[in-house]
Amino acid sequence: MTLSKRNILSLSLTDKRLARLLGGCALLAALVVVLILGFLLGESWPVLHHAPLTHFFTDASWHPTQHLYNVMPMLTATLLSSLGALLLAGPLGIASGLFMHYYAPPRLAGVYRRLIELLAGIPSVVYGFWGLVTLAPLVGRLHPPGVSLLTAILVLALMVLPTVALIADAALAAIPAAYLRGAAALGLSRWGMIAGVALPAARTGLVSGLLLATGRALGETMAVLMVAGNAVQQPHSLFDSVRTLTANIALEMAYAMGDHRAALFVSGLALMLLVLILVGMADVFQRKATYA
Amino acid sequence: MKKAISVAVLSLLILALGYFANRSNLSGSEAANPAASSTEKLVLTGSSTVAPLAAEIGKRFESRHPKVRIDVQTGGSSRGVNDARSGLADIGMASRALKPDEAELRGFTIALDGISIILNAANPLTTLDKQQIIDIFTGNITNWNELGGHDAPITVVNKAEGRSTLELFLHYFDLKNTDIKAQVVIGDNQQGIKTVAGNPDAIGYVSVGAAEYEAGHAVAIKLLPLDGIEASVENVRNSRFPLSRPLNLVTKTEPGGVAKAFIDFAGSAEVNDLIEAQYFVPVAH
Repeated sequence: MTLSKRNILSLSLTDKRLARLLGGCALLAALVVVLILGFLLGESWPVLHHAPLTHFFTDASWHPTQHLYNVMPMLTATLLSSLGALLLAGPLGIASGLFMHYYAPPRLAGVYRRLIELLAGIPSVVYGFWGLVTLAPLVGRLHPPGVSLLTAILVLALMVLPTVALIADAALAAIPAAYLRGAAALGLSRWGMIAGVALPAARTGLVSGLLLATGRALGETMAVLMVAGNAVQQPHSLFDSVRTLTANIALEMAYAMGDHRAALFVSGLALMLLVLILVGMADVFQRKATYA
Repeated sequence: MKKAISVAVLSLLILALGYFANRSNLSGSEAANPAASSTEKLVLTGSSTVAPLAAEIGKRFESRHPKVRIDVQTGGSSRGVNDARSGLADIGMASRALKPDEAELRGFTIALDGISIILNAANPLTTLDKQQIIDIFTGNITNWNELGGHDAPITVVNKAEGRSTLELFLHYFDLKNTDIKAQVVIGDNQQGIKTVAGNPDAIGYVSVGAAEYEAGHAVAIKLLPLDGIEASVENVRNSRFPLSRPLNLVTKTEPGGVAKAFIDFAGSAEVNDLIEAQYFVPVAH
């Protein structure tokens, strides 16, 4: 922290004012999250207060107009599709970051980086449309109906790939050159330098890239809505049609009334809790990794 | 210097706050007192099937009545009926007939729409009877070879809960949505047509107008006849096609003033070209 006067033992009046102002701004930002949670709870209340919470886990199915509110299949679908996308896009994204920095000739690396940035800028609905008219029929030839968990995973992987790749690129670029020179001076091979020096040094950046990608995959709505099939069921294979929580909200919100509407807010609440748990887990993991 | 900056930032913040507070005051007073402005505003909400048509009719109506603004918002037939009942909208839009428990509302049919069962164009079947359609949608028949088609599992395409197309379909076939075993659930007509066109083993249902238009523009779908009657705009118009629905404007009480003028205009022959441009069928005048 840089202070605005030479005596750094006590804060000047300006610093105190600035601290109060910044504190206020931080409080506002934190308040937004609390407000959103409160809003979700308030909107879900009409159904929560006369149907016990167990309804949402033990009902026979999701047919809200007939008062059946099981959200578990959609929770599973959300988790599986994001996990699948991350398993595909994670290694690919980090690999393309490594390629840009350590293997590609500089000019090729520049062109490649522009391409990845372009990929990041394509709107999700375009991916969804492409998935629906091109990818789904291809998957359907393997196993009908084509719109499925697998299609959703592939489209999501393509969408989060640029996030992982660009952040991996930035994390690798931030490694102090002295580390790499040191590794080279020790006579390490290129792969030895990557595995022994670059990856451990860039670990925090790589993990946060993966986290951002998970967030994007969990929250993606339009593309998944178009390619996942949206039948509410526990998937038994990659080729089964699934509905994610976000797709559920987008699909039904415009036409929902009363308890149905409140039940959709409950699925929003479930999504929010899921994200909170994931962020918490990532935090614990990172702390362990840092202090281990 | 630093102090000056923080003072400037603070005063900017205060200015912004004041601006927004002022704005919300303004819009509040406008909403409370619509007659104060010289233009009159008519709010329509409801069915996404009716909304594009209502917006087109609204444009033509505005051009003839320069002091009237027509505001069209979508949200489904149920919302249209609810908003008309609660007074949130001047006119509700519903792509179905009024239900018995909505009898206190007034409905005005401006056009007709039919629902057609659609198959992929590559499917060799050309007709299905009512019981076969029920068996397919409830999962009793799961392979096309049981009906004399290819040996391929059937992909059932259903609509999402709350859509009026789904309600009409369920009502006609006397089914509950819990009975339907769907592989794909879709939102709007276009998504349904794209899904069936991209999957040779799919069966779904969408608006006749939309399906006939797409089928006529080389999209790989075909419309199935129902009870021996071909699914076409023509047969919806003469009320022979069994699976059809009226597109209604709904008001809470007998409309007067601008609302009445708009409803009369929407039901007149002057907007037939707009109705046909959306692949709906004008009512007989």
